[in-house]
This record gives sequence, C-alpha cells and structure tokens, in this order.
Amino acid sequence: MREISFNKFYKPFNILSIILIIASLGLLMFKGLNYGVDFKGGTLIELRTDQNSANISKIRDSFNQMNLGDVSVKNFGNETDFIVKFEKQNSNDPKFIDNLKTKLSSSISSLDFRRVENVGPKVSAELLQSGIIAIGLSLAAMLFYIWIRFEWQFSLGAIVALFHDVIITLGIFSLFSLEINLSIVAAVLTIVGYSMNDTVVIFDRVRENLRKHADIKIFELTNISINQTLSRTIITSATTLLALLSIFIFGGEILKGFSLAMILGVVFGTYSSIYIANPILVLLKVSQRTIVKEEKD
Amino acid sequence: MLYFSKLRIFSVLIFTLILTYFSISNFTKLDDDLFSKNIKLGLDLQGGSYLLLEIDNKPVIKQKIQNKVIEFKRFFKEKNIITKNFIVSDNSISFETTSNQTQELEKILDDDNSEINPYFQQYKTHEFDFELIENRFNLKLSKYGVVLLKNASLDQAIEIVRRRVDEVGTNEPNILKRGNDRILVELPGLDDPGRIKSLLGKTANLTFQFITQNSEESFGTEKIEFEDGSEIAIVSKRIVLSGDNLVDAKPTMNSQTNETVVSFSLDRVGAKKFGKATSTGVGKRLAIVLDGKIISAPSVREPIIGGSGQISGNFTFQSATDLALLLRSGALPAPLNIIEERTVGPDLGQDSINAGILSLIIGFVLVVLFMIYKYRVFGVIANLALISNLFLLVGVLTLFEATLTLPGIAGIILTVGMAVDANVLIFERIKEEIKSERNPIIAFDSGYTKSRTTILDANITTLIAAVILFFMGSGPIKGFSITLGVGILTTLFSVYFIARLFTAFYVIKNKDKEALI
Repeated sequence: MREISFNKFYKPFNILSIILIIASLGLLMFKGLNYGVDFKGGTLIELRTDQNSANISKIRDSFNQMNLGDVSVKNFGNETDFIVKFEKQNSNDPKFIDNLKTKLSSSISSLDFRRVENVGPKVSAELLQSGIIAIGLSLAAMLFYIWIRFEWQFSLGAIVALFHDVIITLGIFSLFSLEINLSIVAAVLTIVGYSMNDTVVIFDRVRENLRKHADIKIFELTNISINQTLSRTIITSATTLLALLSIFIFGGEILKGFSLAMILGVVFGTYSSIYIANPILVLLKVSQRTIVKEEKD
Repeated sequence: MLYFSKLRIFSVLIFTLILTYFSISNFTKLDDDLFSKNIKLGLDLQGGSYLLLEIDNKPVIKQKIQNKVIEFKRFFKEKNIITKNFIVSDNSISFETTSNQTQELEKILDDDNSEINPYFQQYKTHEFDFELIENRFNLKLSKYGVVLLKNASLDQAIEIVRRRVDEVGTNEPNILKRGNDRILVELPGLDDPGRIKSLLGKTANLTFQFITQNSEESFGTEKIEFEDGSEIAIVSKRIVLSGDNLVDAKPTMNSQTNETVVSFSLDRVGAKKFGKATSTGVGKRLAIVLDGKIISAPSVREPIIGGSGQISGNFTFQSATDLALLLRSGALPAPLNIIEERTVGPDLGQDSINAGILSLIIGFVLVVLFMIYKYRVFGVIANLALISNLFLLVGVLTLFEATLTLPGIAGIILTVGMAVDANVLIFERIKEEIKSERNPIIAFDSGYTKSRTTILDANITTLIAAVILFFMGSGPIKGFSITLGVGILTTLFSVYFIARLFTAFYVIKNKDKEALI
C-alpha cells in the first residue's frame, strides 16, 4: 500500500484541534450544557396523541395554563409524539401526574402518557455528581493503566488525546444544545475507552518500531506506524460506525443522543489517535533511548 | 498458536454449545429447571414504574427526643438527682442540675454500662453526646445514635412499604434499601403508579381522640382540621386508641345508611381500651384522626365493647378500600417522599424492544457484509466468531439472569461493531507477516503472537470504562455496562478459541496455496 504522509499535516491539524478545544471550552463556560431532567431535576413527559388532535402550540398552551413555570414542548421522532419538560416536580403531591392527566384530557382527546420521569433536586444533584466522578475516575484509571504499560511520554500523548475527544464532543453538544442525560455519561465513558483503545494500537506499533529502528527519527517513525496500522484503524472505525449508525437511525428516539455522542466520539477518537497522540511523541522527542532507558530500569 | 489439542477443541465446543443453549432457551418454553433461566427485561423495555422514596426522619428524631426527656425525668427522680430548666429542641435536650450533683450525673451519662445513655460497643460511642457547661448539660444524639435510629426506622418503613405494595398485588415488585434513608421500589408492568404513590405517600397514623368543648382538659388539647376542611375541632390530646391495636380492616357497606365504610376489628388490649373509653364517653364525639386530619367524628351512642367498629367519612368504594389497606398494613414510622420517579408505558417498552432488535439486526448484517467484502474467507471466519460471540454473550447474560435494558441492547450492538477489531488486528498483522515469511503456518502463528499484547491493551481499556460504569451507573446504564463488559470477555473468547480454531483448520488444509489472506 502506498504510504500516506500523515506527518506533513501534524501542524495544521494541531492548530485546528487547539482552535476546536478553545471554542469548546468557551462554549462550555459561557453557553453551558443543556442538562436533562436527570441532572437538572424536573419532570419529563412523553406523550402520544391522535393524528389530528394536537400540535405543539396546543400542547404548550394546555401546559402553560397550569402554572408549571417554563414548559418546553418538542416533537419526538414523529408528528404524534411529544416530549414535554418543565422544572417543577411533585415531591410532595403523589396525585400531581394524575391531576395533570385529567386536566390535559379535557382539552386534548386521546392522550397517552408513554413515559413519565420525575427527578427531585437532591437526586439530580447526586446523579450529576456521580456522573462527573465516573468520568473523572475512568480518566484516572486509563491514565494509571497506560502509565504501567508505557513510558510517560506515551501516557501524556494518550491522555491529551482523550481529553481532546471528550471536550470536543461535549463542545458539540453545547453548540447544538443537545440534551445531556445519564446515557450521555455512559456514551462519554465508552468514548474514553474507544479513544484509548485506538491510541494504544498505534502506540504499541510505535514502540515496536522504536526497538527495531534506531536510525529513524520519531517524526518519520510515527508516520510509518500510523500507516502500518491504518487499515486496521479504518476497518475498526468503519464497523463500529456501522453499528452506531444502525442504532442512530433505527434504534428509536431514546437512543438518538446516546448514539450521536458515540459517533462523534469514534470520529474524534480516530482522528486524535493520529493527529494528537502522535505529534505529542514528536514534541517530547521520543527516541529509542526513551524506551531502552525505561526498560533498563 | 495454531495448534489445538483434541481436549481443547472438545472443551471449547462444549462451552460454546452450553451457552448457546442458554441463549436459545430465552426464546423457547422449556419446562426444564436448569435451563429455564431467562434474561430479565429492564423496566424501560417491559414497562413499569421505578420509585425512589426518601424517609423524612425528622419526626422520628423529634419523637425520640421527646421520649428521652420523659425517660430522663423519671430516671433522675428515681435516683434523686435534681434537674431543672429543661430546654428541648427538635434534636437536643439540655437541663441544669445542682453543682454538687454534676459529677455524679456526668459519671452516669459517661458510664459504659449506663442505663440511661446506652453505649454502643461496635461504634465506640454513646447514644447521646453531651457537654457540660457549668451546671448545664447539653445532650445531642451522637452520629451513630442517629444512624441506628435511621436504620431502625428504615427497616420498619421497608416492611410497611412491602406490605402495602403486596396488598395492591402487582407483578413481582422489587423493594430494596438504598443508603440509610431511601427505599427503591420497582414495579414491573405497572404503567400508572398513581394509586401506589398515594398509598406510599401516606403515613397512615390513625388515632381516636375525643372532641372536647373545654380547653382545660388535663392532657391538653389541640386544634385539628377536618379532612374536607369544613370544621376545626378542639380535640383532647389523650389518645383513646391508635392504629397499632387494629388487627383487621376492610371496606363494607353500612346496611342502614347505605354508605361505604371501613370496618375494623381490634386486638384484646385495644378492645378493652375502646370499650372503657366509649362507656365513659357516651354522648361525646369521638374524632377519628388520620395523619393529622379528622376523617369523621361520630357521636358515641352506646359503649362499643365487641372490639370492632366502623369508620365512616364520605368514602367511595375505592377510597374505603385504600384506607382499609393502609390500616391493615400499619403506619409508617415517618413520612416518605417520592424523590425520583420513572414510569414507562408497556407500548413504549415494546417499541423500544422492536427498535433495539431492528437496529441490532441491521448493524449485524452491515458488519457481516463489510467483513466478507474485506477479508473473503477470513471474513466468514470472523463472522462465525461474531455469531458465536452473540450467542455466548446472550448465554452469559441468561446464565446470570442479568437485566437487559435499552442501553444494554445498544451495548450488544456496539459489541458487534467493536468485536471484529481483534480479528482485524490479527488478520492485518498476518498480512504483514506473510510479506516476509514464506511459510504460511509460521506467518499465521506469528501474526497471532505479535498482535496479542495490543489486543489485550485495547480491550482492557474498554473493560475499565465498563467496570466504572457498572459501579457508578444506575438502572438502564448499568445494563449497558454489563453487556459492554461481558461483550469484551466473550469477544476475546470467540476470537482466541473459535476464530483461531477455524483459522487453524483452514490454514493447515490450504497451506500450499499462494496468498492466503
């Protein structure tokens, strides 16, 4: 196979990544994330109505008459399904949902509450906290694992790539105001695993090549290693993306955000293994001495 | 790496077949004890309600403090210790004693065998912590005193919750402790938890107290509102009878008034108390108080000595049934608040199953076709491994009766996508080895050997993420971590035993052909 000079584009892509990261951090700081009821608390109701009995504005009007505060109504998948969200929850009134149903039924005929989620402020705060801990913990565990398996230069490269993927994925969620809920946390953790997996495969090859060739500079060596593992990188991300696209298109509305986050994660994970993790090895001037010295210790 | 002993081939085969059998047993109705295991569907797939309840323990602590004050006063009187100027708050007691008795009292409170301030050996702490400032003792429940109190109240509450849920008769409810003040209730198949929620939302503290006119009653009086808000009555604080003395309650029809009522029967102690009170109180109104509201207050026409009675109060048959149920199951030690609720209707659950299975099939077919396109014969081998991987994965989940959720199905699909990675790594490596090694068997062998550490590294990283998710996640997300984690293990098995076995057969049979892969 013809060799592709990935290393020629280290610089422009690094600049692009830095811009993307700064933009993502800016978005996260100033625009923030659109937390769902899992993390913000409140009530979510998934409704199904008849073909002609309701539209968004009619449903919004009916809810607005009930003094629930800010109510958001959106179509969910198709014309007759709706997601209604508001911040009020019912902690002290067990009849809250029943009353809502009765009131709504008077203005909208044939109404089906397909899903009701109601999360109190204490629980949502705890869920957010445990989500953050889970992501932090997995990053730490990855760092630890890679630190045992590789030299510190490699660990640094892998971890920077990992942060890159997570930050940009979250940045995109912030940009498009996509909802962050519990399943997104699961998706982010899987991204962390996948991104690491992808980087490790290339790094294993870099290290193997370092042992073999003392004379080749790291700048060239990373390129050789990327090329040697390229067809694996392409095939694995292709099969993973095929599976994820299948979930995204056919898996129903509930899995949309989850599969989207993962698709973004796989794309950026693949990209960062090549264009973030490897340039860091170059930057840190990794050479045969790096691994030989470590191995002597 | 290509050599397999007969024994190994045999055990791989047996292992795979057993798990395949388990996974198929999900789709058949076998009356076989060992193989009748099934994957459980999570609430998001079968529909149902998830409720997280939190006990509001403040009343329990307040009650404890009040009881303790009475206990203290009685005890100090017995021991001739003079105490005065009691200050009682919701969570502390404070009193003064005379200066010559402070030391004695301090010793009593600090004694490891103290009658009045029990010492908990396992926690190395007393029930109450205290500090002494001049002659004033300030007592507060210790950390473990509170924990023990909360645990006792949680145990009691969970028992009552179980009774109430069982009485409603839902399908296999799951009731679990969470921490020291929460109860998780899972109700599969229940799409409208309204009734259960209102049943669990009531403490069901029932008391019978006389309504008095003069507020000079020796026990003191309190003002209590009627449930329908029609009237506020002055009620004696003396409790004639409480719900604890009830042995049974059921909704019945009063034949005279044609009204739905709740009839109850009392235990012996209760019957005696009730008889005595109603004999002396003929003509008075007896208020029936439930959770701080008067349901009704009938006049006592004659002594009730049979140990049974009726509660009237504008009931519908449903509300009478619910009240009877609450009275039968007993009062909660403290109010419960619903702090999290997730309900999925059965049709949404079915839609999710359909969507999940559809995307699994499509994802699977796409990956299978892609692998055949890329690797021909070896693609078929990788696909055989993939298929057995699916059976193994479902088999393991069945064996452990794991719960399958919608994200769990997504985890299976993702496993399908990522599982081929290991075989791809091996095949790509073999391709490289063939360039420099003429003997295909040696090339295949070193392809397997050289890719091994990379495959392990790559899978361990994903496994780490899955394990962390398992411990941190809840409900549906836990389902995802289980399928993802088990999927990695079955993937490694299917790649290293099944695909390698097929590869070995194929390569040894065709070792003279050029360009095997």
